[in-house]
This record gives sequence, C-alpha cells and structure tokens, in this order.
Amino acid sequence: MSYLTFTGVGITALSAAVPKRVIKNYEYTEFFPADEVKEVVDKIGVFERRFVDEETCSSDLCYAAAEKLILDNKVDRSEIDLLVFISQTPDYRMPATSVILQHRLGLPNTTIAFDINLGCSAFIYGMSIVYSMMQNSGLRNALILDGETRSKVYSAKDRRTAFIFGDAGVAALVERNKKFGESVFSMNSDGSRENLIKINAGGYRNPSTPETLKEKVVDEYGNIRSEEHGYMNGGDVFTFVNREVPLDIKNTLNYAKKDKDSFDYIIFHQANNFINSHVARKLKLDINKIPSTIEKYGNTSSVSVPLTIVSELKNKMAGDKSLMLSAFGVGMTWATAIVPFVDLNISDIVEV
Amino acid sequence: MKLSEFIEKLSEVLEIEDREINPTDIFRDYDEWDSLAYLSVIAYLDEEFDIQIEEAEFKKLITVEDLYNITVK
Repeated sequence: MSYLTFTGVGITALSAAVPKRVIKNYEYTEFFPADEVKEVVDKIGVFERRFVDEETCSSDLCYAAAEKLILDNKVDRSEIDLLVFISQTPDYRMPATSVILQHRLGLPNTTIAFDINLGCSAFIYGMSIVYSMMQNSGLRNALILDGETRSKVYSAKDRRTAFIFGDAGVAALVERNKKFGESVFSMNSDGSRENLIKINAGGYRNPSTPETLKEKVVDEYGNIRSEEHGYMNGGDVFTFVNREVPLDIKNTLNYAKKDKDSFDYIIFHQANNFINSHVARKLKLDINKIPSTIEKYGNTSSVSVPLTIVSELKNKMAGDKSLMLSAFGVGMTWATAIVPFVDLNISDIVEV
Repeated sequence: MKLSEFIEKLSEVLEIEDREINPTDIFRDYDEWDSLAYLSVIAYLDEEFDIQIEEAEFKKLITVEDLYNITVK
C-alpha cells in the first residue's frame, strides 16, 4: 500500500490540443471489411479519434496547449519553476523533450525540467510528483505537459489495436494555494505483466534492425504488425483491470474515508467503452457522474484523463469540486486519485 | 447456477438464438465465436461469478461444460 497525501496544492488551469484530422472509425476500412469494422467499433465505443500528420509530435500538441493555457490565464513565464513532460512518444531518445519545451515556451533556464515515461496512468503519477515537489516553497508555479501520438505506435493492420488509439496533448498549471484541501494518491505497479502491452523492439534490449521493422502475420486471426509496433493482449488487460482497479478504488476510498457517491465527477482513463462500462457497473457507480470522451477522441493513453476534464467539464468546475481519477495501462501500472479543484479554469480545445 | 441456466445465459452472451447449445459442444467451433465473443464471455464470468480468468487458462477450456465447471468450483 502506498498512499501520498497533499494539501494546499492543486491544478488551477487546464488546456488541451488535438489534431485537426478526424479519423472516422466506421470508414477506417482499408485493411478490414466494413461489417467486421462496425462490430469491433460498436464493441469498443470509439467512433472517432484524431491523428497527427507525419511531422507533428506529442510535444507540438503540448506546446499548443501550453501557449493557450499561458495566454488564457496570463501566466508569467518567468514564474514557472518546474516543467514535467509526460509521454511515451517523445521527440527523441535524447535529449528529454521537456528541456526542448522549456526553451520553446520561453521559460527561464532556472526551470526544473524532466520527462516521465510511464503510459496510461502517468498523468496521475505526474500530478503526485509535481504536487510533492510543490510542497517546497522554493517553487512558484509548475506546468504538467502530457502528450501522446499513439497513432504512430500501433499497426493499422492489427485489429486488436487498430481502432482504439488517438492523439492529443494537455497542459496543466499547478499552484500552491491554501484553498486546496486534501488530495490522496494511490499508485501501483506489476512488472510481471510487462508482456500484456508492449513495443518489443527498438529499445536497447532488442535494438532496431531491418528484421524488427518487417511486418508479419502474428496470430491465427491474420493480424499484421512489426516488432516495433505496439501490441496489446486485450483479453488479459481486461481481466487484470477488472481484478485490480476496483480493488484499488475501494482501498483508496477507505484510506481517504470517502464514499464512492460523494464525488462531483469520476474520471476514468478512456481505455475503451467495453472495459470502462464494465468497471463502472462492477463498482455500482453513478454513470451520470462519469464523463466520457472515448467516442470522439479514442484512447489517448495518459492524456485521456485530463483531456476528458477539458472536453466535458468546461463551465462545470466553478467553486469547490471533488473528483476521483482512475487510470491503468502498460507496465502494468494503475493509479487512483482523489483531488479537490477550486474554480478550475478550462480553456477551449485547440486544434492543431 | 444450474447447467441448464448457464447454457441459457451463454446463448445470450454469444447471441446464439437459432439453435440449442449442448454441454459437449466445442464452443470455439461456433460461427459466433471470435475475439469479441471471447471478451463477452470473460466479461460475463467476471460479472456473474467474480471469476477473472487469463487467456492461458482459458485456452484449456474446450467444451461448454468446461466453461460451466469453472463457475461451480
């Protein structure tokens, strides 16, 4: 059991950027017959998502979101002392993308900047790290930038993953302020499940070779991908999530002495509608309190929790609001957070 | 749950309406069986029986009766 609690720190503003290019899933039929596509799409509940073009990176989406955030909230760039960039689709293997963004956003050289590479639960992990550092009065404001271009990770010829993922980026401003009550974070990891979601080659364990880039039929269903594409064992991810996520939510509620019905909103990682609705049913949650963006943005990995807040809760976050956040994914890692928001300022979504 | 009731539920989960399911049937041979049907079945096992079964274990199940037997263990 590892819980972190904080008071007097919180997210005061959120913004998001998505690519202009809309992928309509019913029409995403280049590699599979339309009736089969419809069956899959109806099951996972992803009807549209956004794809970047070849030149655009996660950092470009985050840059656009950050500029919007800075402009809308009149943030003084010289007072941003910490910048954390969360992604598994960075610009380069080195240097860290956060450092490139420090310069691009015109932040001072005194800004602390580093990347977090974790996957779908990373925004919650990232919040806990930034909240933790912000306990130190030497830091003024912090920026969390979280972006993913999963469209570049998965094979369009592998039906297990071809219809789920989309691209997006967000920016969050974190400030210290007495108005924020207690936030509670629970974070977990299980590396024995490293093979459930993975890109097998292209790192240093299995370096990139012409062979790892070759597309091959990988299973009895005729799915095609290379060793440098991501893959997912959806069935076992589902089983794992159903065992661990409800348990972590219950334990965190107990630890925080909160009732599941006490929140204004509950935000789940937008994995797919099949898994999300199953977990919500299992926990007997009020679905009216669970906003969803899976149908229009798909699974944007770690971006999906903050993106859902920006997309669905604009004009609904005036005053004191209590939210529960839950995310899970590659690793496996999973996390639950109970966080207060006070007059959260949400920008309009930027299209890039 | 009795076997007959389980079979009835399984027909609904697999959307088999036009014929009888028998305990000795090899469920992977059904026309309705595919990776989505698999997801529906493991979701049903979780929801109704709180059973979380992984793919490696599931692969050992062959007949409808095998499926039923894990729910009464």
